[in-house]
Amino acid sequence: MLQKPVISASEAAAKVREGDALMVGGFMACGSPHTIIQALTEKGTRNLTLICNDTGVHDLKSGRVTGVGHLVQKRQFRKIIASHIGLNQETQRQINAGETDVTLVPQGTLAERVRAGGVGLGGILTPTGLGTEVEEGKQVITVGDRLFLLELPLKADVALIKAKKADRAGNLVYADTARNFNPLMAMAASLVVAEAEEIVEVGEIDPNAIHTPGIFIDALVQAERLEG
Amino acid sequence: MEYVANKDNIARRIARIFKPGNVVNLGIGLPTLVGNYVPEDVTLILQSENGMLGLGPAPAKGEENRDLTNAGGAPVTIAPGGCYFDSAMSFGIIRGGHVDYTVLGVLEVDQEGNLANYKIPGKMVPGMGGAMDLTTGSRVVIAATLHFEPSGASRLKRRCTLPLTAVREVNLVVTDLGLFEVMGNRFFLREYFEPYTPEWIKARTDAEIIIPNDCRPVVF
Repeated sequence: MLQKPVISASEAAAKVREGDALMVGGFMACGSPHTIIQALTEKGTRNLTLICNDTGVHDLKSGRVTGVGHLVQKRQFRKIIASHIGLNQETQRQINAGETDVTLVPQGTLAERVRAGGVGLGGILTPTGLGTEVEEGKQVITVGDRLFLLELPLKADVALIKAKKADRAGNLVYADTARNFNPLMAMAASLVVAEAEEIVEVGEIDPNAIHTPGIFIDALVQAERLEG
Repeated sequence: MEYVANKDNIARRIARIFKPGNVVNLGIGLPTLVGNYVPEDVTLILQSENGMLGLGPAPAKGEENRDLTNAGGAPVTIAPGGCYFDSAMSFGIIRGGHVDYTVLGVLEVDQEGNLANYKIPGKMVPGMGGAMDLTTGSRVVIAATLHFEPSGASRLKRRCTLPLTAVREVNLVVTDLGLFEVMGNRFFLREYFEPYTPEWIKARTDAEIIIPNDCRPVVF
């Protein structure tokens, strides 16, 4: 089995180019690739479009920042596509100041749009958002006697994801609720870097236990920062 | 009569709606309190939209697992028989009609069953998270809220003015004044918390409220 390169977090960060669409796994920073996020924050690459469930935490009072909130803080995003930004006051401030363009997408729709991007679908039909602001500018399609919104696939230039364990072929196992968007994003980007807490030899993970097949993964990073 | 806000009464009443084995999603905030009051003989399967069935209580201090949180990012545990999955499966469960009850917080809820809880334009834009999918897909949608805003206005309205999270999806509204069923574009006050009276509640709520003959006080 072809082995995937194990690269440093800064090498991973360098794969993200100015203006890229970037998917980042994780849910309120649980299951986010914190080591690579830190490297990308240090590198400071700008004008990115973020596709992520949320923008983590940024409490202006205590100064606590988590997950992709670090990248938001350094104003590395021109555009953010997320389902929830309520615990990041800096994102809120950037919206109100007109600094960052934020598109809110219902969480289930976000998951399916990313999935559609990865599995070759031209879009998905969902009842979620009918009659709300989410419907604006979208095609409403009738199937039988029910109405659905046509939601289009999402793809990215780079996806940064996080696994508990990887083998050298890139096969991934996630832990607990740290799985969330990671397996979906693994399929939806041109280049996918997976940060793993443990990287083992090929054959050491039971094939039945593998959540994400290694063919989606371009490079691995040894996780050093497990929270943040 | 003086109004005293009482979140626990809301949670206690909602907790008694469920039957053993129901699949229930409790939102962050007031809805989370409901979990504290579920009767011991009622075992629920709690769904957490970040990817779990069998959501358990918060861990003891020092026992936190950074990979195991609720949808608010707080450490939790998993109950025996629980399982984990990705976000597509999680919302397949939700949108696909496999959740019996969803309990959500409220900014405004109206007599047509519309709910607004994700955005105050120009002020606060937290985002809908999973709320739009939960209200669309769950069998029964329960809105949980203090009856009055800090300004004194009732959160139950004739018509929501804020951007909607859900269109005609709310089935029950439980406040610290009573339990309301949404039916035929009106609120039916099924139960009320004493010492308030149905007439007192009706007079202070800017919505069409029907008081059926069998309207009764909540008894715990």
